[in-house]
Amino acid sequence: MSDIGVYLYAVTQDTGRAPPEGLRGVLGHEVTAVRRAGLAAYVSEVPLDQFGEEPLRRLLEELDWVEDVARSHHRVVETLSTGTPVAPVRLVTVYHGLDQVGDLLTRRRADFLRVLCRVSGRREWGVKAYATRPPERPPEGPASESAASGPAGAGHGTAESPGTAYLRQRKESLRGRREAWRSAAERAERLHAALGEIADGACRHRPQDPHLSGRDDVMVLNGAYLLDPAREPEFSEALAAFRGEGMEVELTGPWAPYSFTSLDLDTDPGTGTTGPGADTPEEGSDGR
Amino acid sequence: MGVDTPGGTPRGTTLAAERGLPPERVALVDLLDRLLAGGVVVAGDLVLSIADIELVRISLRALLASVRDTDETAGGCEPPRP
Repeated sequence: MSDIGVYLYAVTQDTGRAPPEGLRGVLGHEVTAVRRAGLAAYVSEVPLDQFGEEPLRRLLEELDWVEDVARSHHRVVETLSTGTPVAPVRLVTVYHGLDQVGDLLTRRRADFLRVLCRVSGRREWGVKAYATRPPERPPEGPASESAASGPAGAGHGTAESPGTAYLRQRKESLRGRREAWRSAAERAERLHAALGEIADGACRHRPQDPHLSGRDDVMVLNGAYLLDPAREPEFSEALAAFRGEGMEVELTGPWAPYSFTSLDLDTDPGTGTTGPGADTPEEGSDGR
Repeated sequence: MGVDTPGGTPRGTTLAAERGLPPERVALVDLLDRLLAGGVVVAGDLVLSIADIELVRISLRALLASVRDTDETAGGCEPPRP
């Protein structure tokens, strides 16, 4: 009914502490906590003329708007995650009112506890790997003189016309790239497996589009790993072992455990399901 | 010659030495990977949640690609104001 919605950022166990002083969320609105059933949900008000269904569809096409929301969401999650395990909620989750958020905590308490238990004391790291180009330079052009200037110029085109030579070089260069990609992709598989052995959770995001990553090199791994800080040196060693040899490895993080809280809570208001009654948080041992 | 490292920082000696970037410096693309594919998804009595990731991704993809072209010269997007 009202024109104000409630934007949900994250859920933690209720530590009894107030949200950090002056913590602001989307559009600069103050972040407050809804406490229920031993859990705390962090929320702020948002205007439905932006976060209602219709306007939202339009605004999701505007990069500046999306970036503002994403970064505000991230800032809140980051702030909350220092000191207590946090379950971030998917970007743009908006409720009609605080009561609904409270109901959510009551109904899905066991699920939230399970997630929080799983990520407790662990941090997420991102590992991106790219197939780097083979070292030989692509041909500069048909009549490039510099190409023949190397001392090891074995046969400088006896009967080969410049045009043919150019095409041949191009073909070789393409083949070289394909092979480089294939070998890097295999190494990336092994890297992901090795990191997964060390981590308490591992998953892969889809490779980033070169336009988005700003890199020409093909991304062969976009992995996320949930890691106990005690295992970090090992993780680091594994990374180092896979660097080079046609693959470049980038580390991002530490992140709040975004990639390991992608739990689907289907709370159908019609049926009012209460979910499994199991109230005991269990160690999240199943891979995803 | 050698493989060049973006940003020129040698990485991976110790993870502990890696400081998380301040929120405003995290790459948007890495952030969106997580915010659009991760996190708890609640369905039900919502006003709206981004359930249709594909749709959002596609429009963002096109958008980011077009922004990138101007990025090189214009110096990128401003971080959000606190």
